[in-house]
Amino acid sequence: MADAAAVSHGHGTGTGLSNNKLLMWTFLGSECLLFGGLISTYLIYRGRFGDGPAPGDIFDIPFTSVSSFVLLMSSLTMVLALSALQRGDIRNNRIWLLTTALLGSLFIGGQVYEFTTFLREGLGYTTSPFSSAFFTLTGFHGVHVSLGIVMLMSLLISSFRGTLTKERSETVEIVGLYWHFVDVVWIFIFTVIYLVPSPTS
Amino acid sequence: MSTDTAEHVDSHDEAHDHPSDRKYVQVAIILAIVTALEVATYWMESVPGEILIPVLMLMMVYKFFYVAAWFMHLKFDSPMFTKFFVAGLILATIVYGIMLTVFEFWHKG
Repeated sequence: MADAAAVSHGHGTGTGLSNNKLLMWTFLGSECLLFGGLISTYLIYRGRFGDGPAPGDIFDIPFTSVSSFVLLMSSLTMVLALSALQRGDIRNNRIWLLTTALLGSLFIGGQVYEFTTFLREGLGYTTSPFSSAFFTLTGFHGVHVSLGIVMLMSLLISSFRGTLTKERSETVEIVGLYWHFVDVVWIFIFTVIYLVPSPTS
Repeated sequence: MSTDTAEHVDSHDEAHDHPSDRKYVQVAIILAIVTALEVATYWMESVPGEILIPVLMLMMVYKFFYVAAWFMHLKFDSPMFTKFFVAGLILATIVYGIMLTVFEFWHKG
């Protein structure tokens, strides 16, 4: 157990770095390519809305701003969860993990509300190249957030089972890296898709 | 014995490298302020796109790297992690920069 923890912290590896963390950073680097492709596709198609609603007519910036703020603050609670566990403060670790999961769920709830509103206003997945690109990009991001929530809940279950201890704080750090990455991707999406002036009909 | 002590000191150094909770809250406040400034530009309809878009991009990049540096600990961790992440970021920028150029995105403004 102690040996496994030492290797996970990079003491027994060839690079002197944690293999798990290195793997997560490599994965996140590759995720840049995935989201880069989706964002570029959206940029190319955002002016092609045909007879359907245009992006500038349908986006609700104040509402999305609140969602963005919620996701940004979930990064703070995530890092506080890690900090608590590194101090051996199990109780606060659980509180912050749960808060992060709740904030993530609030963000997803907002996205579901946004999607259903758009559908009611006539913007479906196949309405136009713009709508397909928009739903694919934001939908993929939503799936990433949802997977993050599942990871957070798994951490909470581990904590209540007594297997998430100070010595295994790297597990929380790695889930945290994923969570923060999902947040920084939204920082990109929020600015490029919502805040940069969009075409209107 | 001495090896044990060295490892003990190492692990403590690692823990001390990470900022305090107070610092994390300060970082979050700065990010919230920058986000508020970004959102405020939505109501500045008189500002031309030639000024507005670069300003928004600057704030976006600042937030991106601020989160990566402080919350993702790139500022404190091994530079190797930064290299792996930035390699993906640069590759994506080049590949999709070319793609947008091919689709004449820049010409459309």
